[in-house]
Amino acid sequence: MSPLKIKKGASSHSAYNLRSGFSDIIERHTLAVIVENEPGVLARVIGLFAGRGYNIESLTVAEVDHEGHRSRITIVTTGTPQVIEQIKAQLGRIVPVHEVHDLTVEGPSVERELALFKVAGKGDARIEAVRLADIFRANVVDSTLESFVFEVTGTSEKIDAFAELMRPLGLVEVVRTGVAALSRGQA
Amino acid sequence: MSKPMTGAKMVVQALIDQGVDVVFGYPGGAVLPIYDEIFQQNHIQHILVRHEQAAVHAAEGYARSTGKPGVALVTSGPGATNAVTGLTDALMDSIPIIVLTGQVPTFMIGSDAFQEADTVGITRPCTKHNWLVKETDDLARVLHEAFHVATSGRPGPVLIDIPKDVQFATGKYTEKKARKSYYQPQVKGDITSITELAAAMEKAKRPIFYTGGGVINSGAAASQLLRELVAATNFPITSTLMGLGAYPASGDNWLGMLGMHGLYEANMAMHGCDLMINIGARFDDRITGTLDKFSPNSKKAHIDIDVSSINKVVHVDIPIVGDVAHVLEDLLKVWKSGGRKTNAEGVSKWWDQINLWRKVDCLKFEQTGKVIKPQYALQRLEALTKGHDRYITTEVGQHQMWAAQYLGFEDPNRWMTSGGLGTMGYGFPASVGVQMAHRDALVINVAGEASWLMNMQEMGTVTQYKLPVKQFILNNERLGMVRQWQQLLHGERYSSSWSESLPDFVKLAEAFGAKGIRCDDPADLDDAIMEMINHDGPVVFDCLVEKHENCYPMIPSGKPHNEMLMGDASTEGAITGSGQALV
Repeated sequence: MSPLKIKKGASSHSAYNLRSGFSDIIERHTLAVIVENEPGVLARVIGLFAGRGYNIESLTVAEVDHEGHRSRITIVTTGTPQVIEQIKAQLGRIVPVHEVHDLTVEGPSVERELALFKVAGKGDARIEAVRLADIFRANVVDSTLESFVFEVTGTSEKIDAFAELMRPLGLVEVVRTGVAALSRGQA
Repeated sequence: MSKPMTGAKMVVQALIDQGVDVVFGYPGGAVLPIYDEIFQQNHIQHILVRHEQAAVHAAEGYARSTGKPGVALVTSGPGATNAVTGLTDALMDSIPIIVLTGQVPTFMIGSDAFQEADTVGITRPCTKHNWLVKETDDLARVLHEAFHVATSGRPGPVLIDIPKDVQFATGKYTEKKARKSYYQPQVKGDITSITELAAAMEKAKRPIFYTGGGVINSGAAASQLLRELVAATNFPITSTLMGLGAYPASGDNWLGMLGMHGLYEANMAMHGCDLMINIGARFDDRITGTLDKFSPNSKKAHIDIDVSSINKVVHVDIPIVGDVAHVLEDLLKVWKSGGRKTNAEGVSKWWDQINLWRKVDCLKFEQTGKVIKPQYALQRLEALTKGHDRYITTEVGQHQMWAAQYLGFEDPNRWMTSGGLGTMGYGFPASVGVQMAHRDALVINVAGEASWLMNMQEMGTVTQYKLPVKQFILNNERLGMVRQWQQLLHGERYSSSWSESLPDFVKLAEAFGAKGIRCDDPADLDDAIMEMINHDGPVVFDCLVEKHENCYPMIPSGKPHNEMLMGDASTEGAITGSGQALV
């Protein structure tokens, strides 16, 4: 409790407890947002999350239809069910947003992330790193006598696991693309 | 389909093609080419305001009193940043306006040029949409699209930022209907949900219509359909501040405004109802009071054109996404074609209860002594202007709530007030916009002296254009609402809430070439108001009122609808605990 005695769940942008009557369970959802690729569209989406206090765990964006000027933004976000519904509705009313899909509820989906790991070391650690990389089906995309750059593709959990293993073996730097996701099946 | 012209000419041509007859603006370096084109034509009148904020509020006043989009034109940098308050105001109240800003030439963008600001960046969160146009060939298309976006779906402000070189360059003008916009919000409601609502209305014993600005925004047809629906069902109806006039204040089923300073009967009915039918309102915190005790035993239906309004703060049982007029038309069809009937016995008992609440007469006051009560001033204003073709704007504060309580609105688009943002300084420039749209009407801005001073520079505008707007200032020499909260919440420590060094409003009016009237005696009030009404020109009416009058009823912060404060006697320790943190 803060000195002002603001109740848990009270929102900073309104006078009253906005969350009463709704579930408090925090869920994690992956959203696919199809937008008109016009200047500022990403700023609109990010500004919405910042301005209304929503979380972004991961965000990837690229133009996927060059002729139609459509970009696909994949956002991993967390919130109560009611907040997730608000996020989708708020995204939907941004003028250059064409479609909003909640891949978490619209059926099975696949999620993949790509990461590059720079690992430096000599001797046994270097050999162990290559061995583990092989188990994770990582590609070596750069090597010197004292370092490797591994490319790993998979779920975020797999990449987290690989990072944990590399840390004691001389992990220098990591870069991750963020989650890309598609629904499974034909539709 | 297209003809070559300069970007500046395109702006004027597009405005003409969109049916714009008046633009509120202020020139500057980055919009000089557009001003040059305005100079050379007679279709569009330009009103020179005295501050860019006023241009946007005037455009809002024009839009709200006509249902057509308002247009403002300002320069880059400070011109654009001064427009931000008006844009945010229009966004909160869903008012369709188009703001055109000049920008430094494209090749200078990003160089911190003179009067450069990242206008689209600054205004992105306070517009429905905005554009920076970098090619003259795109300009006409964007202008037409802007009108479409501003007026479709949930209306709102849009902004087009036009660099100066784009205004000078020649390009192809695209006609109004050359391309269909991909932005096409849903207007028809789901018929299954509408039928579900009709069924709930048949069963309801304690129903209430809770209507909002969405009815006004939906157009005159929506107000007409609402009246038919109320007549067909005999259900009671209340409205938010934004929705006043959609149902006539003289109507039998009218309970008055609801909310923080709403009427006792309206709030008690909201609390006790078993079916709440929200039509074009958004469960704003001024309406609901504390949410966990908000109308605890009711089934709730919500008609709104904006999906994000549904379940935002209050969980509803029957959500209907669509335009109010479209949904009400379908609802009436479903109601009438099925020969549906209300639960007459239940509704009749409900009315008995409501009539008991009405007897409390929560707005009663006594005008005694030699000091004018603000309520009395508004009561007399109401009585003396009733028969006129009357439009009311307000500033923000106690006077605004009293105006909502004591003035009656018979038609939509007659009441212009800053609801969502609560912008002091809104009313005077808004009255300019209203008067421009209705040149022969009686336009009155009900103001507090503190709010009014925030945009008083517009005295220059109204005298220049001979706009006979009446500035009806309830002068209590206090920031009344702030003072009231300090009395209730902060131990009567009146920190910075009184106005010292106020001007002599009569002399001020005269200094601008307008008429000033002062009244401080209840006995003189009627004559003074008549003098104001009958004067053919702008008037500043300095009505000196009781300095410490509080605005009641009041739902204190953190309390539900059925725990209203009815007068000063009940206020001791009324706001405690978590309620103190609320605004």
